Amino acid sequence: MGMLHVVNKSPFEKTSLDSCLVYAKEGAAILLIEDAVYAALKDTAVADKVRAALKKCKVYALEPDIKARGMEVAKVIDGIDVVNYGGFVDLATAYDNVHSWV
Amino acid sequence: MEGGVVKKFLYVNRRAPYGSIYALESLEVVLIGAAFEQDVSLLFVDDGVYQLKKGQDTSGVEMKNFSPTYNALGDYDVNKIYVDQESLEKRNLTTDDLMALTYEDEDDDYAEKPSIRVISRDEVADLMEEQDVVLSF
Repeated sequence: MGMLHVVNKSPFEKTSLDSCLVYAKEGAAILLIEDAVYAALKDTAVADKVRAALKKCKVYALEPDIKARGMEVAKVIDGIDVVNYGGFVDLATAYDNVHSWV
Repeated sequence: MEGGVVKKFLYVNRRAPYGSIYALESLEVVLIGAAFEQDVSLLFVDDGVYQLKKGQDTSGVEMKNFSPTYNALGDYDVNKIYVDQESLEKRNLTTDDLMALTYEDEDDDYAEKPSIRVISRDEVADLMEEQDVVLSF
């Protein structure tokens, strides 16, 4: 079922999300964890490129990391699915392989 | 410290909490430095503004939520906390999203006053230039 891309760096500090978005193919999934959850929030300077990615990929964000940072799930971009650790495991098993963009 | 030299110290915080150890280590250094009665300012720019986001709840990630410690800065006479306006805007944040940090002004009958001051890029540049020591985290 394509590749699961896992991104864990802030999109404002590192280029790992940008690189991931360049190489993620249609049908792939992108899971935002740790500081990458900042990319999942509405109306930031990076929100447009995340919304563009939603047209070809599924995008997920890890809820415990959103809450740890004081962010609200209600402010996550529409179309991004918020998952917990169990969902993380489900994604890792559902997709053919995993690329962690550390 | 009577008669000791008082220098202007600026701690620059540019990283988000939890993703790396920088934010917590910076806070530790600030609290240690506060014991030396220096003229301390804190600056939050770039992802550093995320350190001050209110409502942090780390119960799901098994990490220590150190954000309440920022509330103690006022008790250590660290009451000049500057936040870069543009960094907030890029992240769709306003001062309402930040913890309401305060201090008691001993020159004004211990009135409780806000510690956070949102400043422009030009003001950040001036703030940096007027320091004796700048420590960046």
